[in-house]
Amino acid sequence: MKPRLAVHKFSSCDGCQLSLLNLGATLPLVAELVDIVHFAEAGPVAEDARVDIALVEGSVSTPAEEARIRAIRDNSTTLVAIGACAVSGGLQALRNLADADDWKHAIYARADQIDTLATATPVAEHVRVDFEIWGCPVNSRQVVGALRDLLSGVSPKPSREKVCTTCKQLGLPCVTVARGEPCLGPVTNDGCGALCPALGRGCYGCYGPAGTLNTDALARQMSALGLDGRSIARRFAQINSHAPEFSAAAGARKDG
Amino acid sequence: MDELRRIEINTPTLARVEGEGALELAITGDRIESLRLRIFEPPRYFEKFLEGREYTEVPDITARICGICPVAYQMSAVAALEQIHNVTPSPWVRAMRRVMYCGEWLQSHALHIHLLALPDFLGFGDALTMGKAHPEVLGRGLKLQSLGNELIRLLGGRSVHPVGVRVGGFHGAPDAATAAAIADNLETALDDATELVNWIATIEVPDVTKDVVTVSLRCPDEYPMTGERIIASDGLDISVDEFEQHFREEHIPHSTALHAYYHDRSYLVGPLARLNLNLDRLSPRSRELLDHTGIPFPSHNMYHSMLARALEIHVALEEAVRLLREYEPPDRSWTAHEPCAGTGYGATEAPRGLLWHRYETGSDGLVRKATIVPPTSQNQARIEEDIAGTLVALGLDLPAEQLRFEAERVIRNYDPCISCATHFLRLDLNRQ
Repeated sequence: MKPRLAVHKFSSCDGCQLSLLNLGATLPLVAELVDIVHFAEAGPVAEDARVDIALVEGSVSTPAEEARIRAIRDNSTTLVAIGACAVSGGLQALRNLADADDWKHAIYARADQIDTLATATPVAEHVRVDFEIWGCPVNSRQVVGALRDLLSGVSPKPSREKVCTTCKQLGLPCVTVARGEPCLGPVTNDGCGALCPALGRGCYGCYGPAGTLNTDALARQMSALGLDGRSIARRFAQINSHAPEFSAAAGARKDG
Repeated sequence: MDELRRIEINTPTLARVEGEGALELAITGDRIESLRLRIFEPPRYFEKFLEGREYTEVPDITARICGICPVAYQMSAVAALEQIHNVTPSPWVRAMRRVMYCGEWLQSHALHIHLLALPDFLGFGDALTMGKAHPEVLGRGLKLQSLGNELIRLLGGRSVHPVGVRVGGFHGAPDAATAAAIADNLETALDDATELVNWIATIEVPDVTKDVVTVSLRCPDEYPMTGERIIASDGLDISVDEFEQHFREEHIPHSTALHAYYHDRSYLVGPLARLNLNLDRLSPRSRELLDHTGIPFPSHNMYHSMLARALEIHVALEEAVRLLREYEPPDRSWTAHEPCAGTGYGATEAPRGLLWHRYETGSDGLVRKATIVPPTSQNQARIEEDIAGTLVALGLDLPAEQLRFEAERVIRNYDPCISCATHFLRLDLNRQ
């Protein structure tokens, strides 16, 4: 019997599921490796089914989602959080720094009808997560790689090296050194292929905090490039604002 | 006196749509008592957390509203912000934005036709099962989708949340050889697109027509992707800046997506609306292809949306090939500018229809206020009316399972992007 796979969506943009739906000609091949029992956007629906592997996209931001993630954990042998929202809360975790209730009232005329939590939080704050894959969005190589590992009985071990390492491997000139561009590459996980530096722009941290990092040293570098504290704080507190390392780096500088 | 009969159907999930919602339907005898498309995708408050961000961050942030149409969010945002900063994009930038937009239409339309909509028409529960019976159909669709993603990567580095777009232009420019190689690939796919259009035209669809107001952008001489005028089928012709004087958003309690109305009426945006309003902007080759199907356009049958999407795949391929054949790397891929205070408006044609943005910025370069009107919230009122009209036309005495199927099929015609506006749909049918 083939291993059973479920793909679940929480508060998100759907972009990480596309790491599967965008596989093109490879998609039917990957689908042969597993029995896809739940993947609403692709068609199969069995949210409460028992599965071997659950891929979870999105952050937890409503009372219903809190209950749903617990049920999914109970029904899944291995739970993999995919993407910034599931791993760190994602962009919408910016509400954790603000008064989300005010925001709700500003957008919705009947705010009492909107049942949300004050925070958008990563899956691991609610249930045990077996593996996490960083990225906004994750890419197909990461997700299919993790699936192949799991199907082979091997624990996926996503790299926590830095974007800087990729730049060196690709021979890309450093955008900070060569062009004075602020760049989060020294503190951000690799895995994207250093896409931003390859285009001549600084990394904006969408793959989250790297395994070992020195945010203070980077902040001093950005300061030397002329950025004020608030501007540096905004860079740390963007896609992965709720990740502890970035949150601390932003919090220390948000007032100036 | 009627004997009251109560039937409740719970269908846990509407599959093959982007996002989370539910349909509630109550039928008494031969009348629909109530019908509500409930969208409960959790709100993520983009418009609020854009406040206080640097205007240069906006394209990276708004992209995250939708994984399927991030390019549209970037393009409407930069159009509005360039208006504030008095930037006129260079001809190279305009051409390459159009190329990138072609990529998004191509991938999004091919995904919707093949992975989301077609199983309804061919009698399958999902695309992968459909692909076992019709491997050539699925294979052609996935090829077209992949080419769209490749085209986005050419300018954006990656196809989901691309990183190449900036206010004023692009962060970098591809080299000529790469552009030429992609143009070659796209050119070979034109035959696939032609076959797709001809084949989709042969799929039998219900004959249900409705007189609805359609709305799209309009360009002086090209099929609209970006543009400065908004037109409607009733003769409206306004600048993008005037949108709020004619369209308003309202919060309906059963939905986390705001409903938009045009002069207090529902209206349609998206591929069918665009095609109906811009038939005279098709290239001769695309026009001939459409005419060859024998299906008269403009069409007021929503089931022709899939054909409109297929034709727009052809439009996108043809346009991208044309623009890339003329490609030369620019001296500079963006126009420099300084932060300034002001209000700007931008609208572009996302795969699912008109996407309108408005921003206010301060002289410090920070966003003061952001308003984003996505296509799905504009279509939401229309979807509810269409489900009601279609079910009545088909007959409310149909078995409940068939009513559910037909309602879902209507919804999928609109390719609703529920993360944009809001992922699963639950049907509560209450029949008395």
